[in-house]
Order: sequence, then C-alpha cells, then structure tokens
Amino acid sequence: MNKSKNTYYFKKMNLRTKTLLIISLTALILIAIVINSFFIEASSLTTNFPMRNMPPSFEHIFGTDWMGRDMFTRTLKGLGLSIQVGAFASIVSTIIAVILTFVSRLNKYLDSFVNWLIDLFASIPHLLVIILVSISLGGGLFGVIIAVGVSHWTSLTRVLRAEIKQINTFEYIALSKSFGKSNLWITGKHFLPLVLTQIILGTILIFPHAIMHEASVTFLGFGLSPHEPAIGIILSESMKYLATGAWWLAFFPGLSLLLIILIFDLIGDNLRKLLDPTKAHE
Amino acid sequence: MNYKSLGKFLSYKLIRLVLLLVAVSLISFLLIDLSPIDPVKSYIGEVSVSPEQVAKLEAFWGVNEPITTKLINWLGNLLHGDFGTSLIYRVPVIDVISERFFASLTLMFSSWLISGVLGFVFGVLAGMHKGTWIDKAVKVYCYILLAAPTFWIALILLMVFSVDLGWFPTGLGVPVGKLAENVTFFEWLDRLILPAITLSLLGVAQIAMYTRDKLVNVLSDDYILFAKARGENGWNLIKRHGIRNIILPALTLQFLSFNELFGGAVLVEQVFSYPGIGQAAVAAGLRSDVPLLLAIVLFSTLFVFCGNAIADALYNFVDPRIKEGESSE
Repeated sequence: MNKSKNTYYFKKMNLRTKTLLIISLTALILIAIVINSFFIEASSLTTNFPMRNMPPSFEHIFGTDWMGRDMFTRTLKGLGLSIQVGAFASIVSTIIAVILTFVSRLNKYLDSFVNWLIDLFASIPHLLVIILVSISLGGGLFGVIIAVGVSHWTSLTRVLRAEIKQINTFEYIALSKSFGKSNLWITGKHFLPLVLTQIILGTILIFPHAIMHEASVTFLGFGLSPHEPAIGIILSESMKYLATGAWWLAFFPGLSLLLIILIFDLIGDNLRKLLDPTKAHE
Repeated sequence: MNYKSLGKFLSYKLIRLVLLLVAVSLISFLLIDLSPIDPVKSYIGEVSVSPEQVAKLEAFWGVNEPITTKLINWLGNLLHGDFGTSLIYRVPVIDVISERFFASLTLMFSSWLISGVLGFVFGVLAGMHKGTWIDKAVKVYCYILLAAPTFWIALILLMVFSVDLGWFPTGLGVPVGKLAENVTFFEWLDRLILPAITLSLLGVAQIAMYTRDKLVNVLSDDYILFAKARGENGWNLIKRHGIRNIILPALTLQFLSFNELFGGAVLVEQVFSYPGIGQAAVAAGLRSDVPLLLAIVLFSTLFVFCGNAIADALYNFVDPRIKEGESSE
C-alpha cells in the first residue's frame, strides 16, 4: 500500500523535480564515499594472514586479498581517492579550457593558435599524453592530476569557443564595444555569465573520463605509487592472482568503479537536461 | 570528383601533418628531458659498472650536453630515418615499431570493423524500434559499456574465457617454446580473438548510441512523414530514407575514434600480453626506454591523424550535399 503511494508521488513529479532528485541523491552517495574514505584509518587495513584469499562472505562482502585485508574497505578507500583525483583533474582541465577560450578571443592569430593546439592534443592518443606528462613530472599523485588535467580540456574548449563565437555576433556586444568598454569588461559582464553553465556542466562531464583515465594509467603502472590504495593498483595486483581463481579481487573493485562512473554520467546527463533550455519542454 | 580541390585538400593536410609531427616531437622531447629519467642507468640496468665507465657512457651519449644540442642531434637523426636503438629490446627502434605496429594494426582493424558493423546494426535496430525493449536493451548496454573501464572488461573476459573455461590461452603472443616466425595462423588467431572481442565490445557502445540518436532524429523529419503518407513503411522506409542519411556521419565518427581505439588497445594489450605497440609503449615508459617511447608517440600520432584526415575527407568529398554546395559556389 505504502509502496504504491510512493511510486504515485514519483510519477506525479515533473521532470525538473525528478532530475533534481536524481542529482541530489547521486551527489550525496559520492560525497558520502569521499568523506567516508577519510575516516578509513590505515589500522582497519591491517594484514590478517589467517583470513587471506577468502571468497566473498557476509563478514567480507568483497572477500579478502592475499594479505587478509578486507577488499570492501580497500575498494571504498580507493574510490574516495579516485573521486578526489578526478575532481582536481577536471578542475585543472576546466581552468585550462577557460583560459584558452578567452585567450582565443583576443585576436585572430591567438584564435588560430588555440585551434591548432586543440588539433594537436586531439591527435596524440590521450593515454600517451598522460603517460608522457606523468613520466616527466616523476609520477605520483601530483603527476597524475596534472597529466589527466592537461589531456582533457580539448572538448570543453571546443564547446566554449563555439559558444563565444555565437555570442560575439550579438548586437549588444557591438554596442558595448562602441561605447568604449574594455575587452576585459565585456568578457566579464557579457560572456562569462552566458557560458558559466556550460563551464560547470563541462567540468562535470569531464569527471568520468578523468576518473577512468586515472585508473587506467595507475593500472599500467605510471600513476600512483603501489602502496597507495587506488583502484588501478588493486586491479593490477589482482592480475597476479587471476590464475589462482581469486575472481573477487578484480570483479568487485572494477564494478564499483563502473558504478561511480555511471553515477557521474547520470548526473551530467540530467544536469544537461536541466540546463539546456531547448529541451526543457520534454 | 573534383581532382583539383582534392589535391588542394591533400597538400593542406600534408602541411598540417608535418607541422603536427614537428610540434609533437618537440613537446615530447621537452617532457622527457624534464623528467627524472637517467638514460645511462636504464641502459645499464642491474649490471654493476665502475664510475669511469658510467662517465664514458655519459660522454658517448652526450647526457650532459645542453638540451639544444641534444634536440638538434635527435631531430637530425630522425630526418635520416634513424630513430635510435631501443634500450630494452636492443634492436633498432624502427624494427620494433614495424613488427609491433603490424600486430596492433591487425588487432585494432579487426575490432574497428566488428564494432563499426555491430554498433551500426544495433543503433539502427534501436532507432527503428524507439521506446521498445530492443531500444532499452541497447541503451542499457551502451550506458554500462561506456562507463566500464577497458582493462576491467579485459580482465573479466580473461578470467571467464581463459582461466575458467580454458577456451583461449591466458597470454603471450606466441605459444611457449616456439619462435615467433614458426607460429601457425590459427595459434596466432587464437590469441587475437579475445583482445579483439574486448575492444569491439567497448567500441560498439559509442557508435550504436550515436546511430540510434541520429536515426531517431531523421525519423522525426517531415520527409519521413511524407514518405509514410505515400505508403512506404517498414524496412524499405528505413533503407531508403534513414540509412542513407546516417551512414556517412556514423562512418565519420568511426574514423574519428582512432584516438580512443589506440588508448583501448594499449590497455587490452597489457592485460592479454598481446605483443603490440601498446605493450611496447608501456614497457618503454616503465623501463625508461626513451628512443622507443618517443618513436611510438610519433607513429601513433600519425595513426590518429590519418583517421581524422579520412573523416574530414569523407565530409568534404563524399557527402553529396556538401559536394553540391561546393559546385554552386
């Protein structure tokens, strides 16, 4: 009885409320994971050799690894780290994209330079860019964040450039110019407010890619150091134990990463629906 | 076909390519030079050597020379087609590249083809039956596969088909105890299937999603309504008005995906220990084989550039609408 009433409420909500609900719920999950990962002390990950290589059970729902550590705790800790790296990396990407967009507005030559830069970065395989940059920064957390950051700004910059070009044709821009307003003033007062939603949305859409690439380079061995509890590390360790049939070592951490990325995709898609006025009527 | 404009297009692309390769080599060289990699150390490896010998090696390789001299030397050698010697394989880099790139291209091309065809078919099916369970199943598949880490899917497939079921070998490009030249076609195919399937599974998602959205868009157009009013329906309608409109954009997208394809190949090759260019790149990066890494960056850039250029050419020369627009100018 109660359940049917609940579904009734859910159906009665309009898309906007539903979208907001989905966004806030999923955002809550992510924040909970990050906060929770701060409270996981190293002590709860102590080695416990009698309990090693245990398949999943009620006590250890993700099983235990070859040192008897609880895989669920390790996975949660790793997810927290991944989300943080993803957040920093997408912010770095967004900053680069915004700077380049506004630089490209200054004159024609800078514009073609930025265009060329986009082409350049789109032509080197992402993974190789990340590997190169993280090698040159000596690896580690900082290296990975910067490496992922400098390889994901191209798509957002493309979107922002197109947007800016369109806004540039509006009459009030020309009016402002003939009133003698400075370039900086026009950028701040006319352009920034209009592209702000695109910038926020862009950051969130970069997020899942950033997390995925962080996990990939860490898996390959270029990212975080082996003692760090990252998902990539857990999965590359699990490769050694595949032949022994310890399937849970790889299955659950990867699945959790997939779910996190899926959640981010969901948030991004719903936000886009919410912020895109052309689809508001759907 | 307008040969003059095609020639113009090609020469323009060629100039861009040269500029691109120069820029990529400069940037990657600078990045490597900034890194804490010590080429002498990675060459020596575990062998113990006296400081005098180290000094000799450093002098021989010009480790302590200024970066401009190093850069000019390296670029000069590149122009002569000399990519240096790989530190980990101890053979000329160009040999490693040609052998590995062939293996990788086979892998990438087969999965590119499979994912393109399957993705297009799935996309058309989903778009045709918008809102039905087929559409929903394709959508769920795409959403999940787009969010799945490549190497995790590879690990799962490796676990299920190689470790548990034992259908495929667990790794290595050639069977143990055999020389690479003596491998039979089927032994080699055996090792290609699983990596190719992994890459295809992931590639399907993007193209299917795109095709579906495109077809749904096309089907909501007025001329479809008109065609329906004329009595066309079912597969014939889709074939005459749908497919013709979406096949070119889908093909273009598939050519633009070379970048992702290469990234996926690196990860998949690593998991399956498939002896391709990606595995070589990872080995070169981890064991500081600078000449090999730089060469791989250059060649993979060339590969991605070709994909992008083909996509561009498709738009400019094959699309009948754009061709018409040009001639009316």
